[in-house]
Amino acid sequence: MSSGDVWILGITMTKFGKRPDVETDELAAEAALGALKDAGVTMKDIGVLAAGNLMGGALGIGQQVQKQIGQTGIPVFNVANACATGATALRTVIMAIKAGEADMGLAVGVEKLSGAGLLGGGASRYDKDTWTPRGTDGAIMPLDGRVGTAGMPGTFAQVGMEYGHKYGGVSFELFARISEKNHAHSVLNPLAAYNKAMPLEQIMGDIMIAYPNTRPMCSANCDGAAAAVLVSDAKLKTLDPDQRRRAVKISASVLTSDPYEEGCQVLPNVNTLTRRAAQQAYEQAGVSPTDLDLVELHDCFATAELVHYDNLMLCPEGGAVDFFESGKPFRDGALPVNVSGGLQSKGHPIAATGIANVWEIAHHLRGEAGDRQIEGAKLGLAHVIGLGSACGVHILEKAS
Amino acid sequence: MIPVVSALALEPEPHLVANECTACGARFFGRRAACAGCFNEAFTQATLPTEGEVVAFTIVAFAMPGVPTPYVAATVDLGGTKVQANIVGVEPTPDHVHLGQQVRLTTFGLGQDTHGTEAIGFGFTPIGD
Ligand SMILES: [Zn+2]
Repeated sequence: MSSGDVWILGITMTKFGKRPDVETDELAAEAALGALKDAGVTMKDIGVLAAGNLMGGALGIGQQVQKQIGQTGIPVFNVANACATGATALRTVIMAIKAGEADMGLAVGVEKLSGAGLLGGGASRYDKDTWTPRGTDGAIMPLDGRVGTAGMPGTFAQVGMEYGHKYGGVSFELFARISEKNHAHSVLNPLAAYNKAMPLEQIMGDIMIAYPNTRPMCSANCDGAAAAVLVSDAKLKTLDPDQRRRAVKISASVLTSDPYEEGCQVLPNVNTLTRRAAQQAYEQAGVSPTDLDLVELHDCFATAELVHYDNLMLCPEGGAVDFFESGKPFRDGALPVNVSGGLQSKGHPIAATGIANVWEIAHHLRGEAGDRQIEGAKLGLAHVIGLGSACGVHILEKAS
Repeated sequence: MIPVVSALALEPEPHLVANECTACGARFFGRRAACAGCFNEAFTQATLPTEGEVVAFTIVAFAMPGVPTPYVAATVDLGGTKVQANIVGVEPTPDHVHLGQQVRLTTFGLGQDTHGTEAIGFGFTPIGD
């Protein structure tokens, strides 16, 4: 009898960093082939493909990947959900398998961001000769920087400061120490874009991007891809013992968007949708936050990591600063957070991130994480958030 | 003179206006097809207070050409309605801006078009510091 669960059969991430040697579709293909080999299957076994590449626009990364690794005529879903794009690809395949439309599927996320500066623009729609109101807000010129900030650094800086205003205890140094933790963790991750520890003084003394986040406290733009082969419980039972042994159970898969609250359209509220996703995920998996052995959360900025301790309920409400100060989120602590180095150090190739975080958890549950292995890890949570907003939470469990 | 966004009213004194849902009172800057909170499709205009409190801020070091840096961007609570704007008239350093700071609406010129029409921007400036 099938449980209806969906399993990770194969999963991989490429080394994150600069990859000028390959095109985006080739990088995606590298991850996809890696996942298929890790699963011990071929494209012939795959019944559905979901893929994301946020900067690629309308090109259809899924079909490009097929042309690189195998065109079998299966349905392809090209997905885009900001920084939650990879998690959305996973979620799409999981839904297809749960719906019984396929018994095996492939999810791929890829991004080439090396050298990308501050992303912005939109100036062309405005008329400088005659001020003319445009858009639903009637703006006559670009507002970013003139009426508040629209950029990610300034937005996530305010997210952390807002938490400080509500509960107290935050400071530039506190946020910098969160970043120091993740950079220290990355030393043990050979696939991280940067794997150097950084002293606190160096982090605080680096270029200020948007107070209180300096450059090393922001996610690192880089190239990278990640992919996963997912399989139904019924199909898994028909596979070889070696394939079954390394399979990782997806105990919860949740995607939420931002419910309306006062102010959420002025300063994106990354908290409520994350808390809701976490609540739903714990309920689906039948576990509580204290059962977790490790967490990979979306530290796109040091300020974001703090609020997500609270949103994922790793601490009592309002207790994120105490949680950090207790040492729990360090790799030798009670609930290690971002042992991969996190987005600040491992890197953040946007559409790959939501699968790479899941790979990190699966890697530990399989006991294959080498020097950075969290001993005896049986249960882990991966979280991503894309502004706009979309939040993905996956809880993974070691096969028993 | 022309306001930088439709939410800025210049007469009789500069103030911000929001579109308020007639059913649940939710407030929006700019047009909405329906209320994001309750789906009601009718709105009325609400005048916002000109004084409020800084509930979040950042000091941004990089911006598009033409925007002076560093600048202070903040989320200001105007009597229960939050708005995003710059804090102006202070040194853009953490010593001069703080959470909970009381601020007041202010306006300033943002340049003229070829017909000589002045664009009017807005921001908030600390009260009594
Ligand atoms: Zn309403």
